[in-house]
Amino acid sequence: MFDILIIGAGITGSMLARDLSRYKLKVAVIDKENDVGNVTSSANSAIIHSGYDPIPGSLKAKLNVLGNPMFDQICDELDVKIQRIGSLTVALEDEQLPLLKELESRSKENGVNVRLIDSIELKKIEPNISNEAKGALLAESAGIIDPFNLVIHLMENAVDNGVQLFLDEEVISISNKNDVFFVKTNKHEYQSKIVINAAGCNADKIAKMVDEIDWKMIPRKGEYFVFDHFLPKLVNHVIFPLPSIKGKGILVAPTTSGNFLMGPSSEEILDANDVSTDLPTLSNIKEQACALVPIAKQKFNQMIRVFAGVRPTTTRHDFIIESSNKYKNFINVAGIESPGLVSSPAISNYVIDNLISKLIDLEINPSFNPFIKKYHHLSSMNEKDRNDLIKKDPDFGTIICSCEKVSLGEIKETLSRSVPPRTVKGVKRRVRAGFGLCQGGFCSPSVTLILAKHYNVSPLEIKWDKDGSEILLNKVKEIE
Amino acid sequence: MTDVDLLIIGGGSAGMAAAIEAFNHGVKNILIVEKDKQLGGILNQCIHNGFGLTEFKEELTGPEYLSRFENQVETLGIKYLLNTLVLDVSKEKVVTLSNKSGITLLKARAIIFAVGCYERNAGAIQLPGDRPSGIITAGTAQKYLNIHGYLAGKKIVILGSGDIGLIMARRMTLEGAKVLCVSEIMPYSNGLNRNIAQCLNDYNIPLYLSHTVSKVIGKSRVEKVILSKVDENRNIIPNTEMEFDCDTLILSVGLVPYNSLLENMGCLMSSTKGPCVNENMMTNIPGVFACGNCLHVHDVVDFVTDEGRNAGIGASKFLLETFNETNSLKISPKNGISYVIPQYLDKNCNEKVTFKFRVRQPIKNAYVVIKSGDKEILKIFKPVLIPSEMVMIKVDAEKLNDLTEDILITLEGKDE
Ligand SMILES: Cc1cc2nc3c(=O)[nH]c(=O)nc-3n(C[C@H](O)[C@H](O)[C@H](O)COP(=O)(O)OP(=O)(O)OC[C@H]3O[C@@H](n4cnc5c(N)ncnc54)[C@H](O)[C@@H]3O)c2cc1C
Ligand SMILES: Cc1cc2nc3c(=O)[nH]c(=O)nc-3n(C[C@H](O)[C@H](O)[C@H](O)COP(=O)(O)OP(=O)(O)OC[C@H]3O[C@@H](n4cnc5c(N)ncnc54)[C@H](O)[C@@H]3O)c2cc1C
Repeated sequence: MFDILIIGAGITGSMLARDLSRYKLKVAVIDKENDVGNVTSSANSAIIHSGYDPIPGSLKAKLNVLGNPMFDQICDELDVKIQRIGSLTVALEDEQLPLLKELESRSKENGVNVRLIDSIELKKIEPNISNEAKGALLAESAGIIDPFNLVIHLMENAVDNGVQLFLDEEVISISNKNDVFFVKTNKHEYQSKIVINAAGCNADKIAKMVDEIDWKMIPRKGEYFVFDHFLPKLVNHVIFPLPSIKGKGILVAPTTSGNFLMGPSSEEILDANDVSTDLPTLSNIKEQACALVPIAKQKFNQMIRVFAGVRPTTTRHDFIIESSNKYKNFINVAGIESPGLVSSPAISNYVIDNLISKLIDLEINPSFNPFIKKYHHLSSMNEKDRNDLIKKDPDFGTIICSCEKVSLGEIKETLSRSVPPRTVKGVKRRVRAGFGLCQGGFCSPSVTLILAKHYNVSPLEIKWDKDGSEILLNKVKEIE
Repeated sequence: MTDVDLLIIGGGSAGMAAAIEAFNHGVKNILIVEKDKQLGGILNQCIHNGFGLTEFKEELTGPEYLSRFENQVETLGIKYLLNTLVLDVSKEKVVTLSNKSGITLLKARAIIFAVGCYERNAGAIQLPGDRPSGIITAGTAQKYLNIHGYLAGKKIVILGSGDIGLIMARRMTLEGAKVLCVSEIMPYSNGLNRNIAQCLNDYNIPLYLSHTVSKVIGKSRVEKVILSKVDENRNIIPNTEMEFDCDTLILSVGLVPYNSLLENMGCLMSSTKGPCVNENMMTNIPGVFACGNCLHVHDVVDFVTDEGRNAGIGASKFLLETFNETNSLKISPKNGISYVIPQYLDKNCNEKVTFKFRVRQPIKNAYVVIKSGDKEILKIFKPVLIPSEMVMIKVDAEKLNDLTEDILITLEGKDE
């Protein structure tokens, strides 16, 4: 029997898992995917928002502002890339200037330091911004993060500190007998004293497994373009238009790997699993983004990928963090739409301080280690260190992905950790092999074979992503 | 830091030809650096026939064609490093290599880039719909099949009628897969006519011109591909959908020169995504040359070999200081011509130069005209010109002497 069982290994579940491993508790995490953070938490803008725009007094506003500064320590402990590059919310017309002022006072209410800058200063710090720009709101505490390794390293650390992770298991029903939950998956049944529902876009379905709810899920899709990394940079800051009722609008932002993102759109969809993209939406994104950063129009020959993510928006339009009416020990953490990533450390604290601490004794786990073993990042190593490393392990000299310059050693290193990749996409999200210009055209065969060898299975069994996503369908001859 | 006279990046057809030719012209201290475990590049996976018709007047497979050059590299004793990637090249021609023994810095006096190309992929063409497993570029499917022995699809739709796609249509059919159709967005095929005949017609595989993929459907693996007709501006025409149940979508939608290293050096790049070069295949960085698919994409390897030799000779001239560096004339494509190689010509050029170019769309009964200012250098009649076939026109040295004005290559009197 577990003390706490978390459904969902996105950022919300993973942050909670790690924070709960600070205590002497038996904690488990279940996810239907074969990797952690494989749904909304890896298809978003990856912005550590400053917190200037959520409605003052909302949980979103409060937890965003609390969460933002917590990332420096988290990223240091967990070897995750973060860059505090600041955000600019840009007015393109004179009529929008009063709205910028309004945003400024909203920021103050939320407790966020911002500064209005004029078009001259704006052009100086962001040379590619449209000549039409009239001014902007600068929020220096905003940043960008590697969202993939954030979730993966959180869970790695949680597992290293004793959390049990069950992947590839979908929760299909939950029952309660004598205050114990019986959580049934497609493979097993688990018992737990407390259950946390952190199931993202499925949080409504999970919640309804135990009780009625007074909110509804209205998933909203966001589509994006990804550009290759190039210099000089397309933009130096996260560039937002003025927000509207549909959200923060189409942004243009660098990523921690030096690439650039453009998006997201915002459209209600019926099927929360629908992450398809379509040409009209994409061309609308292009038009809006190019209004902010006109030079981007010329960079479309360096556009390498399109993708989409789905926001678990609910009819309450705020984070829902509460026990179910029927069971105090069933906790919904739902409606975690943007700014869910940046709020996650504060969401986790909120759940533990306000809800869990009232349900179970929290005794400090004396052996908790907040650090993960540092990974080797060849791209940021000098020649000497790199040579020393290759002397110790020649695999760090063999480059598998020539676009992103990823070595065999780095792939093997991630395979040796406690939350290893099982799929080609899993390798890509961790070490960036296949993330570059050729999108795996050159290296995906090698990565497939490396995985097959590591797991001692036929390459026919290696998947790109989910179940049923095998890459190869038939063996035709014996070659290697 | 060790020194090398000529460093060649990429040991494919272009790189090997360049090395052999430079050696034969007196450059002995040469090093070829190849990231793969063997020399030969992309041709290692092209096990079909049809290579070498120009070079050797016989039909060879890719590996057979290659082995003739590999043998020469061995016989001449030209040094090469395998399983070694060039990570970086500085403007000063310091080359950083990575392999099992470590990171090595080499100072080269001249460098030839022969790094080939990559395939345009789903992201770059904004392929609409889902992004499941089963969307694969033709060259990657070819590598899985011919190098590793695995079939990446059983029921296949192919997007793009480029040659690799056509060849894979036949290859996968022979291995038991069912190719349902080939869809081409343009109103004409981008492959060689002989490939349409031998790879599609012979196997009754339909080719839908002016059609593209309007949606991919599939949660884990491709389940359906929807094709739609496009208008003359390549926009999808509503209500023209055709639905195909399949497990795989093979993309053969173009090759792109693979030049991040050159771009990082600040090399002047052209619209082909290759560098701009002069008649010696030298870029705007003195002593840095390019040839083969990283300069512009070739359809026939024999021409790659020829271009490699040019670069080898160019580099040997540079190294042995017989170069007459003067300022150059610019060569520009115009009027239906999409690009031309070389982009620059030395004013004192005293050798025969091959102009290579492609047309933007199929054209009949046209004159190709090359002129310098008002002076006509050459005018030749071409009954048919198509984008998928690179055109080569040799111009004698005497015609290129004493030119003073920039050069234009253009089409006149054409029927479209
Ligand atoms: C387009 C877009 C842009 C965004 N941009 C930002 C941003 O810039 N900054 C920011 O702070 N936030 C941003 N967000 C919000 C942020 O991405 C989300 O708030 C966050 O990822 C939600 O994390 P989660 O863990 O709650 O949900 P998820 O990441 O969706 O995780 C839920 C997990 O539950 C699992 N699950 C579901 N059902 C079951 C079941 N039955 N059994 C087992 N497991 C199950 C899923 O497989 C999944 O792994 C953005 C979101 C979107 C869509
Ligand atoms: C998939 C495909 C199929 C083709 N099929 C045919 C055909 O059927 N018939 C025909 O006539 N022509 C065909 N061609 C065209 C022609 O054969 C090729 O264009 C020709 O082989 C290209 O030679 P290359 O040397 O320029 O490039 P490649 O053969 O691609 O060689 C480039 C080499 O550089 C190496 N390299 C790249 N980057 C680095 C680095 N940083 N460090 C070290 N090494 C590096 C690569 O590993 C590779 O070996 C095909 C081309 C392709 C791409």
